[in-house]
Amino acid sequence: MSPNPMSPNHTQEKLVYMANQIGKGFTMRKPEQAVLDIADHLKKFWEKRMLAQIFEHLDAGGQGLDNLPKQGLQRLRETMQ
Amino acid sequence: MGLIHEIDYGTKASTSTKLVTLKIDGNSITVPEGTSVMRAATELGTQIPKLCATDMLDSYGSCRLCLVEIEGRAGTPASCTTPVAEGMVVHTQNAKLAKLRKGVMELYISDHPLDCLTCSANSDCELQDMAGAVGLREVRYGYEGENHLGATKDISNPYFQFDPSKCIVCSRCVRACEEVQGTFALTIEGSGFSSKVSPGISEEFFSSECVSCGACVQACPTATLMEKSVIEMGQPEHSAVTTCAYCGVGCSFKAEMRGEEVVRMVPYKDGKANHGHSCVKGRFAWGYATHRDRITKPMIRSKITDPWREVSWEEAINYAASEFKRIQAKHGKDSIGGITSSRCTNEETYLVQKLIRAGFGNNNVDTCARVCHSPTGYGLSKTFGTSAGTQDFDSVDESDAILVIGANPTDGHPVFASRMKKRLREGAKLIVVDPRRTDLVRSPHVNADYHLALKPGTNVAIVNALSHVIISEGLADEDFIRDQCDWNEYAEWADFILRPHNSPEAVEKLSGVPAETIRGAARLYATARNGAIYYGLGVTEHSQGTSTVLAIANLAMLTGNIGRKGVGVNPLRGQNNVQGSCDMGSFPHEFPGYRHVSGETVRQIYEQDWGVSLSAEPGLRIPNMLDAAMDGTFLGLYVQGEDIAQSDPDTKHIVGGLTAMECVVVQDLFLNETANYAHVFLPGCSFLEKDGTFTNAERRIQRVRKVMSPKNGYGDWEITQMLANAMGMEMHYNHPSEIMDEIARTTNSFAGVSYDALERLGSIQWPCNELAPEGTPIMHIGAFVRGQGQFVIADYVPTDEKTGPLFPLLLTTGRILSQYNVGAQTRRTENAKWHEEDLLEIHPHDAEVRGVKDGDWVKLASRAGETALRAKITDRVAPGVVYTTFHHPFTQANVITTDYSDWATNCPEYKVTAVQVSPSNGPTEWQTSYMAHSDASRRIAPIAAE
Repeated sequence: MSPNPMSPNHTQEKLVYMANQIGKGFTMRKPEQAVLDIADHLKKFWEKRMLAQIFEHLDAGGQGLDNLPKQGLQRLRETMQ
Repeated sequence: MGLIHEIDYGTKASTSTKLVTLKIDGNSITVPEGTSVMRAATELGTQIPKLCATDMLDSYGSCRLCLVEIEGRAGTPASCTTPVAEGMVVHTQNAKLAKLRKGVMELYISDHPLDCLTCSANSDCELQDMAGAVGLREVRYGYEGENHLGATKDISNPYFQFDPSKCIVCSRCVRACEEVQGTFALTIEGSGFSSKVSPGISEEFFSSECVSCGACVQACPTATLMEKSVIEMGQPEHSAVTTCAYCGVGCSFKAEMRGEEVVRMVPYKDGKANHGHSCVKGRFAWGYATHRDRITKPMIRSKITDPWREVSWEEAINYAASEFKRIQAKHGKDSIGGITSSRCTNEETYLVQKLIRAGFGNNNVDTCARVCHSPTGYGLSKTFGTSAGTQDFDSVDESDAILVIGANPTDGHPVFASRMKKRLREGAKLIVVDPRRTDLVRSPHVNADYHLALKPGTNVAIVNALSHVIISEGLADEDFIRDQCDWNEYAEWADFILRPHNSPEAVEKLSGVPAETIRGAARLYATARNGAIYYGLGVTEHSQGTSTVLAIANLAMLTGNIGRKGVGVNPLRGQNNVQGSCDMGSFPHEFPGYRHVSGETVRQIYEQDWGVSLSAEPGLRIPNMLDAAMDGTFLGLYVQGEDIAQSDPDTKHIVGGLTAMECVVVQDLFLNETANYAHVFLPGCSFLEKDGTFTNAERRIQRVRKVMSPKNGYGDWEITQMLANAMGMEMHYNHPSEIMDEIARTTNSFAGVSYDALERLGSIQWPCNELAPEGTPIMHIGAFVRGQGQFVIADYVPTDEKTGPLFPLLLTTGRILSQYNVGAQTRRTENAKWHEEDLLEIHPHDAEVRGVKDGDWVKLASRAGETALRAKITDRVAPGVVYTTFHHPFTQANVITTDYSDWATNCPEYKVTAVQVSPSNGPTEWQTSYMAHSDASRRIAPIAAE
């Protein structure tokens, strides 16, 4: 689903959309490698308030997040702790 | 200080390695075989009289002025068409030759107006010079015979006039149009006495196919083709070599001046990017620098609904700094950021990112490359190890198959397109991958061997299908792959590529390109001795922009087309300094030299040099800045030379973000669209008014030289420095060369670059350091920068921007030759005469079913918004595809584009928007209200009486 620009949660919806896009970019890798690559990509390119917002969303159940990016985010958070 | 004159050797240099020794007027000289006698004589310092010869063109031998005598040979051959020979003995001057030359000149002058004193070419006329050189004192034939002196002038072109009464029919203009520009707009009409130069079939220049590149004007030895600026102002008295501020070709020009006024810009023959050629923008469209719209005084306002108030520099800078500090104190140091400009110099861009990283204390810096070539940086860095093209422009001279993907160089990069077309005329093959039938697909003397007119958004599928054919038909260069790439990675990638969904037959269903066409194109590229890829924004500005760059890099490695002349992967950069702005650390995750901010070593280099601690975390990209602004966490922005309100996608979102900010500082030549939402306006200066460097698409660093005082009082680098000091960050550079010295000492790929080195070498292609002290024209020779080339799997993922019953057409956007980017510069020149408004190209079938006629107003609607513009019915676009440019703010093409973006870099998906087109009565309500808002926003309050 594309983010709805009129939504009050536009930024969060957009971040979920972007994370899923990144996930698709790495889909053809082996799953474990894809998770690492997604985590690495998010760490390298996402600013901290973007990460904070998506982690918050992840904590709330991560609705809309595909499996690979969800795992990538979990992996990233583990490495950041 | 005087005029710079390059030597005209009369004929081109020979590239032969075999040497020949001869004697000219008793002096011995050794030159390469194939050199003309005329050129050899010039190299000795002997000027043989000439009129039809010039070293930009092939030898022609028509004027009969350059005759010489050669011992042992009969007659008096033309020195321009006679090649040297071992032991040849040449005499360039004797009584017989003098008589012959005088006779030739008598004939020319008998049909030429004798108005030298009032002629615009007075003191710059080769005919005048030759009359002097041969000692012409009388014309025995008189001047009363039949002549051309009453011929009518053609003044239709806004930049130059054609006065046939002064024409000597030497054909230099016609040959320049053919050989240098490759447009074939001029011809010699008629024969004998009635022969004359004619644009098209007896058309005026303006309405002909002439593209106003200026090559004919430059080639003309008389005042027949002359710049109107010279006619008006007189001959220039001094000049300086500088670099064009338009596209990423980076043409060198001589700015020819009278005092501080530009008389004309003449392409510099020794410029290594352009070799003396130019286009209508660089050659003629420099008048914006003194346009009446230029703002030269700083201005501030509390609210964007207020009129502007002119203030002193001190007040404007202090106000901007105090606002930024106030916002940071209240909302944290990450609440502000900035955008660097790809139109400004390397030094200026470097300073802006330094101010943000070291002064603002965050990495919230981005640049307009975000919306053009950010996927190039990511993709080529991953696969090759460097975020830049692999070749120099000269490389195309040795290409045998040229693959152009998503680029329209005849409009976007015209001077390089002329080089490419020349190579095509020499026999190179051409594959064009583009939804539109661009001029490279078919135009005079250019006929692409394959045109893959794909459905927008299917680039990855097409490029993977090309690789599929190459592997499945055994055309891969396995020796290259084993030698220079990781074989295991290749094997994994090849296994993916050979899957059925990458076959031409499967891709035909997605892309609309017949499988056999894909197969033919793949075979052509793979079997050529040298295959070169050139690509543009039609590759990058997609949700899969990065994937296409990866797929292109894979294709080049697969065929071994890397690491030598004639091959490579070559992104055609849009703006003059996009390459440089990226090199200079304009992205929020990288320091200069493409080094990630998390790297301890690189951070220490800057922390030591700048004396502050720096953030190790990436900052916000432009679209994320605007999202954060809407969320209330990003409230201050410093924008140098960038107009995001016009150039970035989904205008309503951009406007929403800018409106939400508390302090927007715009530094620009004009009150651009972004300035409508600004609180501080800092007037910028043009490329003519400052020193610095630009880096072009071939990584070539070239000098920009100040030829006039800044109309606003300061160079852009000085303004950034003032802002930095007001923010409490000490900056005390005295000249941009000091900034370049800092860049060199902190960035290894620039380590050998300095203004002294640029003065000595003319230009330098990075990397330039201890390993390559004079730069690197071609990269990855023998090994990739990253070690082994990396094959990266890039699968096709359809865009989420889908057509459907409500939006059944696909809109793609691009540029036109006469206009540049958002048009801020070119719209303020006579170039506007060629393109007064953006038009919507629509296929006749799509137009007919909608009842749209050529020139009608149509409404163009997408899920993001709607606008209206006039329709142009053409089969350049395929059914189902429409196309427009984005040069005019009134059109607001980016109201239509969505905020879909590339998965890896957030580069917007400008090239695919689902739209509907319907008849309209005129502009939309949004356009009308936007223009009213724009007018109101540009009000400047009258200065109160003392």
